[in-house]
Amino acid sequence: MSQATTGAAAPQVTPYRAAGRRHLSDRQILLLFILPTMILLICMNLIPLIYSLFLSFTEYSVISGTPPAWVGLDNYTQILTSADFWANFATTGRFAILSVVLETAVGFGLALLLRYKFRGSGIITTLILVPMMLSPIVVATFWKLIFNPSYGIFNYLIGFTNPNTAPEWLGRSDLAMWAIVIVDTWMWSPFVMLLCLAGLSAIPDYLYEAASIDRASAWFQFRRITLPQVMPLLLIAVLFRTIEAFKQFDLVMGLTGGGLGTETVSVRLYRLAFQGQFDTGMSSALAYIILVVIIAISNLLIRALNRVREG
Amino acid sequence: MTAATQAPGAPGSPVVISTRVDKVGTRPKVIGAIRAVIAIIIAFIMLIPVIWMAMTAFKSRPEAVSAPPVVFFTPTLEGFASLLTQRRQATTAEIAAELERTDLNWMEQIALSRGQLVIGQSAFLRQLLNSVVITGLSTFFSVTFAVLSAYAFSRFSIPGKDDLLFFILSQRMLPAVVVTIPIFLMYRTLGLHDTHVGMILLYTAFNLSFAVWLLKGFIDEIPREYEEAALVDGYTRLQAFRKIVLPQAATGIAATTVFSAIFSWNEYAFALMLTSDLARTAPPSIPLVLGVGGIEWAAIAAGSLAFLIPAVILTFVLRKHLLRGVTFGAIRKG
Repeated sequence: MSQATTGAAAPQVTPYRAAGRRHLSDRQILLLFILPTMILLICMNLIPLIYSLFLSFTEYSVISGTPPAWVGLDNYTQILTSADFWANFATTGRFAILSVVLETAVGFGLALLLRYKFRGSGIITTLILVPMMLSPIVVATFWKLIFNPSYGIFNYLIGFTNPNTAPEWLGRSDLAMWAIVIVDTWMWSPFVMLLCLAGLSAIPDYLYEAASIDRASAWFQFRRITLPQVMPLLLIAVLFRTIEAFKQFDLVMGLTGGGLGTETVSVRLYRLAFQGQFDTGMSSALAYIILVVIIAISNLLIRALNRVREG
Repeated sequence: MTAATQAPGAPGSPVVISTRVDKVGTRPKVIGAIRAVIAIIIAFIMLIPVIWMAMTAFKSRPEAVSAPPVVFFTPTLEGFASLLTQRRQATTAEIAAELERTDLNWMEQIALSRGQLVIGQSAFLRQLLNSVVITGLSTFFSVTFAVLSAYAFSRFSIPGKDDLLFFILSQRMLPAVVVTIPIFLMYRTLGLHDTHVGMILLYTAFNLSFAVWLLKGFIDEIPREYEEAALVDGYTRLQAFRKIVLPQAATGIAATTVFSAIFSWNEYAFALMLTSDLARTAPPSIPLVLGVGGIEWAAIAAGSLAFLIPAVILTFVLRKHLLRGVTFGAIRKG
């Protein structure tokens, strides 16, 4: 649509601009405007990624003096056949499912609560949105204080007033994952709420009017009007959060450092690449496996975004 | 919902509104009030962690870790003093000498009251300054480049436009750790590891893809007739861009700037892996703020508070554009 208009407009204006001083043609401007972006992205993202694709087929460590040695698909087979790495993927999957489900439920609930304006609802909405704009690592740091079994307030607020019997959220392998899920939900439910609010505000009133004239129950209205109308935006929120959950790094590093069964793939990758042996070849292969998963989900997301954009 | 908006506003029209709707009239008001109260309570609960952190920043060292936690206390700047200075235990003679002095600043006084001597600035100030410099410059560059290419993507026909835009956005989806492995090698070869230039370059690229998408949305909304009229009047394309598009896109540029700034400001993973000392920013340092002899929660909370305040302020500045920002400009209304 936009391309057609430009095409039609260009021939009209050419004669006027040709008169007089030197100027850049549209084509030159186009190149001038796009090149800085493309060059930067190619140098900072594409070339490094191609380089690490090469490294993923080699045995190489940045701290050793030896050059990369070609090993073919060895790194990939080793990762995909090792129960160890699958455990990291399972942890990540568990984290993603738990946090995305909770965030969707809480976020959607908040949106239903805040959908009708009242005095000060703007301020309240913005206050609820504050957590998602904060630095995740700093959030993790102060939640560590909040979860502390003896002087943190979390246990007190949920009713455990005796520090000796209160659960140690960041010290038990059955709770550590939940602690991270709780913090992630606290940070990102507002995000789901924000998207759902946008979806809710776009529902035309006449749909509900028609439904109440027909004496449709509140549940029926919710299921047949609210839910389907919000679905496209809810889907986008869920996809966004799934990608982010799959990449989860900051909160895990800040809260548990990856211990107690909370080692997500990103944390595993970090340890593999930058700690201990600095296994650059193997970590590049793991990075590419993660990349494929992320690109697959991103594809779905971008398609969903484009559908909403056009509609 | 309809009853809520119509019933109070239609006092003199009992003929058109059925009795059923009239009866519903007062109930939505009550429900609305209940909703508002619940919303305020939830907002408060959501903010407890942040409030708690802000309170901890002003607690003394024993109060910060007292069990049970204390809610009421006398505020002190101890946490900030520990955050900003390096100290060591003083000997009795040194304390006596310090007590003689009358020119102690507030940080030295606090240190002295705990039997410590200030021996210099902490690294945190420098790290905060690094954060400011790296955030500022990377935001400037990414928004500048993004305005240009967003305009090009919005107005010109480009072969393979959708693929290019997809490529640009996909760069944003990559996990930081995945990108960092090759960048680390590249930076080591080029001598950019732990430098401001390296971090600025990386954050510029990181924000660029997001900024292009967001700005394209804003520029798409500016009617192209304005520029076409200007072109007819003899403006060159560049003049039209500068004098017509840029002023019209000011809101979008401001929103994009704030978003990019928040992302760079909050970024942790790249900074953790690609800096160690000289160019280290605040996020990887805050969890590691240590007092003399162990973790000093008041100091950590003070650092977190100082670091989070800009993000909270910017959230309020941005509130009308938050939705747009977090969806890369795809969803406009909210």
